[in-house]
Amino acid sequence: MCGIAGIIHKGKSTNVGGEMQKMLQSLKHRGPDSTGYALYGNGESNNYILRFKVGENVKEGSSAVMEDESIYQARVEQVNSKISTSGATLHKEEKITPYSYRYVISYDGDLLDLAKQIESVEMTEILSLGKSLELIKDIGDASVVADQYELGDFAGTHGIGHTRMATESGVDIRSAHPYWAYPFSDVSVVHNGQLTNYWNNRRALEKKGMRFMSTCDSELIAVYLADKIRHGIDLEEAMRGSLDDLDGVFTYLVATKDKLGMAKDHMAAKPMVLYESDDLVALASEEVAIRTVLPEEIDTYDPYEGEVKVWQA
Amino acid sequence: MASIKKHKSTEMGLHDEVLTGRTQQVFFNPEETENFFYHDAHTVDFNKRTEIDANNLECIDINRKINELMAKGYGTIVIKNPGSKHSIGVGILNKLNLIIEGSLGYFGIGSVDGPVVRISGRVGWSCAENMMAGKVVVEKNAGSCFGAAIRGGDLICKGSVGARSGIDMKGGTIIVGGDAGAFTGFMMQRGRIVILGDVGPNLGDSLYDGTIFVGGSIKSLGADAVEAELTDLDIAWLKRKIKVSEIDKKIDYKKITKIVSGKKLWNYDNLEPTERKGAI
Repeated sequence: MCGIAGIIHKGKSTNVGGEMQKMLQSLKHRGPDSTGYALYGNGESNNYILRFKVGENVKEGSSAVMEDESIYQARVEQVNSKISTSGATLHKEEKITPYSYRYVISYDGDLLDLAKQIESVEMTEILSLGKSLELIKDIGDASVVADQYELGDFAGTHGIGHTRMATESGVDIRSAHPYWAYPFSDVSVVHNGQLTNYWNNRRALEKKGMRFMSTCDSELIAVYLADKIRHGIDLEEAMRGSLDDLDGVFTYLVATKDKLGMAKDHMAAKPMVLYESDDLVALASEEVAIRTVLPEEIDTYDPYEGEVKVWQA
Repeated sequence: MASIKKHKSTEMGLHDEVLTGRTQQVFFNPEETENFFYHDAHTVDFNKRTEIDANNLECIDINRKINELMAKGYGTIVIKNPGSKHSIGVGILNKLNLIIEGSLGYFGIGSVDGPVVRISGRVGWSCAENMMAGKVVVEKNAGSCFGAAIRGGDLICKGSVGARSGIDMKGGTIIVGGDAGAFTGFMMQRGRIVILGDVGPNLGDSLYDGTIFVGGSIKSLGADAVEAELTDLDIAWLKRKIKVSEIDKKIDYKKITKIVSGKKLWNYDNLEPTERKGAI
């Protein structure tokens, strides 16, 4: 089933981490397996924030293969070496969990080259690489993940998130949402639904050199949008194109450094409730999520089939 | 209630004929008195009024409280702070004035038979699903599958509704003051839908029977949905129903479009293979 949610404040920064935690926790019944956040913060001057993992969470319920934690440190040392040889400078290094890290780096080169270097290290996956995006996903509900990664006080303008009920692929971090639109900084996607032409599209995109890290159909949306952006197509136009090119039933949210957008397939088979005011836009699979941040009586509505909307922070 | 006679049912326009041939339809039989009773129905007094604050309650607790209050004879119940919770007000099988001060989540007021419900906010997906009788009025917007599979009663949304309103509808009336999404009246079998605003694509797709009236534009008709002539009787019925629905909107009745089934997709057994092919 899965639940998705997003919030964007127009022209101001707030505790978007806490807001997303509340919204996603209220959608736990739609997806208890894993939770993911794509939060857009105030950045680290002009440096990149790199979120990556060198292993999987293998706690109960996970479908990931158990590894000895000592191997993680060896992989991190290899990642550090790759960052250095790529010409990037590491400014700050934070170990969040035994397998998950947050780095602040400066880099002037091609992000694709850097990403390829880092991901050449075994089992290493970049979750996000951007100037304001911080992408966090792990096994457990919204509160478990938020507490683990200390997201409750995260300040920023907007964010999207996902509670996952695993259907098409395993219960692990790499199959959890959101997905980063590799290698474009600050673009992330969450999705509720099923894509039925996943393999056709995946094969076509892989032939073009695009990278997939999982077998989760939702990753296709991020890669599809990344490919369009790579060819100079505007985000909103790319989203409109996705409604015809992607087959299935789906509603998805996409966020960039300063925008948040939503798209709903032609069948309108997956839910989305939307609230919009002069100050903010909040949207979620169920209104009960919006109520956690806006408890007062508000006017909401369901976007229609084939609808694409994009808002500016 | 059990004293209703056969001639009365005929006067009411209900069927009592013996069925022949292939059908899944079950007609009304006044001899079967057990069909008039629900074991969980209560006799209530509309003048007895009370409130439930739903703020810190789960939906199961709210529904249990409603049932307990009805058992005590309360006929007017006000739900405060519903907080868009799901499945509130389901399974009410007797007359009741239920007032929801706020919005409901998914599957609100489902499987009811008799209550009059007023919702001051909006409702999520599948409001009043399987309603048998009664009246539900939603002041704001509604999500998709509004009135899915209803068999009777009046379901009114003063705002706009999502996709697939009246899907699998088997009777009753749905009235929408605003717009409606795709596949409105999808696989509808009986009853009437009135949309006073615009309607999305595939209106009345695979419609078996029933009638859809549209005041605004129609993006596209679904398979086997066809336009029919709007009669004076239709206009008289629309005026009466819209008045009852309390929708305050200026309507040019002569511009309403009437959609019915072309009846080419259903009952394939009666069609020759060539006709069947043409219908598809």
